[in-house]
Amino acid sequence: MDFLRPASWEEALAAKAEHPTAVPIAGGTDVMVEINFDHRRPEYLLDLNRIELLREWEVGEENVRLGASVPYTRIMESLRAELPGLALASHTVASPQIRNRGGVGGNLGTASPAGDAHPALLAAGAEVEVESVRGSRFIPIDEFYTGVKRNALQPDELIKTVHIKKADGPQQYSKVGTRNAMVIAVCAFGLALHPETRTVRTGIGSAAPTPIRAKEAEAFLNAALEEGGFWDNGKIITPSIAKQFADLCSGAANPIDDVRGTAKYRRHAVGIMARRQLGWTWEQYRGAGRTLEGAA
Amino acid sequence: MRVNFTVNGRPQEADDVWEGESLLYVLRERLGLPGSKNACEQGECGSCTVRLDGVPVCSCLVAAGQVEGREVVTVEGLAEYAKDREQARREGGACASGACGTSLDAAKKWEAKPGQDSQTGEGVELSPIQQAFIDAGAVQCGFCTPGLLVAADEMLERNPSPTDADIREALSGNLCRCTGYEKILDAVRLAAARQERQEEAV
Repeated sequence: MDFLRPASWEEALAAKAEHPTAVPIAGGTDVMVEINFDHRRPEYLLDLNRIELLREWEVGEENVRLGASVPYTRIMESLRAELPGLALASHTVASPQIRNRGGVGGNLGTASPAGDAHPALLAAGAEVEVESVRGSRFIPIDEFYTGVKRNALQPDELIKTVHIKKADGPQQYSKVGTRNAMVIAVCAFGLALHPETRTVRTGIGSAAPTPIRAKEAEAFLNAALEEGGFWDNGKIITPSIAKQFADLCSGAANPIDDVRGTAKYRRHAVGIMARRQLGWTWEQYRGAGRTLEGAA
Repeated sequence: MRVNFTVNGRPQEADDVWEGESLLYVLRERLGLPGSKNACEQGECGSCTVRLDGVPVCSCLVAAGQVEGREVVTVEGLAEYAKDREQARREGGACASGACGTSLDAAKKWEAKPGQDSQTGEGVELSPIQQAFIDAGAVQCGFCTPGLLVAADEMLERNPSPTDADIREALSGNLCRCTGYEKILDAVRLAAARQERQEEAV
């Protein structure tokens, strides 16, 4: 094994081009587990810790440009207003020690359907900026996950920045697990209201081969909210609409039975989370003073 | 490969390090610092918690090569580290800005005093959190204790008056298989209370 320690982003891209099999390591919270357990013996480890730009973020007009290695702790502390869904999701990641090291780039690189950040990214709307010596490109988050633990990266590409839409309305995130810390999601759900475009977006984690949106549920709810004039009149969403939305979210899931839960349970739980989050976010939209915090 | 970094204020050089090796392995097997415990090797249990440039991390998940040129504090150096922090606080006055804690610069300048052994912790007075663990009976088999001490000490540095929820969250990455959590929580509350009393006295 070789340990590559590029001092700059350009050096990192050059190293990845030269050694496409090199495994990038930043927080190490996935890669080191695999190495410790002898599940993986990469030829090259590509350490990204010295690359400052990966640890930086910038709040722009419409987007937050989040460096791939910004630790979850920073997101929780500094981006709660701009990225409420992702901040909530970050708070559910493992433990303080892990949140101090891990970042969204790792979640995206691993592309596990159980990655905590995915539902929040899908719901908020995001693009992943990846780069190689050949140049850079933006991959819409919807097209990023291509299979179980597979993503749209080319072998010579590295994840640089995640461009996430700043919240223009309430967002929620929740995750089902057996305790409050150190839990791999049994399933997870994220919801974002986008009042500017009068749309809602969803994200489902750990209940399909990849993180997914419940697009049919979104389309149904968009139409129902428009039809009932809800965005303007701010009325309580009727139980029948909420139920239909929850059922469609549940139906969008395509889970399996495994040690963490059965497919039936996951489908059920996704529906429950969808209904509750719709209630929470809508109450907040109506100005009932619900806070964005503490629901995860 | 060779890795140069600072452990408990002393420059260290580890040789013949395998590229896939963890910081924990280097500390325990190459530098003779067995305080950080090796248990789950997957970041679940927190027994190997150390400070990396001041930040609590699981040393089993840090690749050895990633610590080149960086500062590590292990449980062996905790008492010295806490003492130094306390001294800096007294000299610098109370934390008026609310920005409590040790700055990275301050942490980097920290060095072990001669005549004290940061290898074994001998010759050093226990840190308040260590004393509180003893006084509260928070040590059973002792295996989880080093990680808990490092995590709890860092929380008290950042948050001198934690609520029970704060303590639980800060220690949520540390497992105790004796299930001695109640006494552990007592110990952290005790250390926080003593710290407050001391600050009032200053």
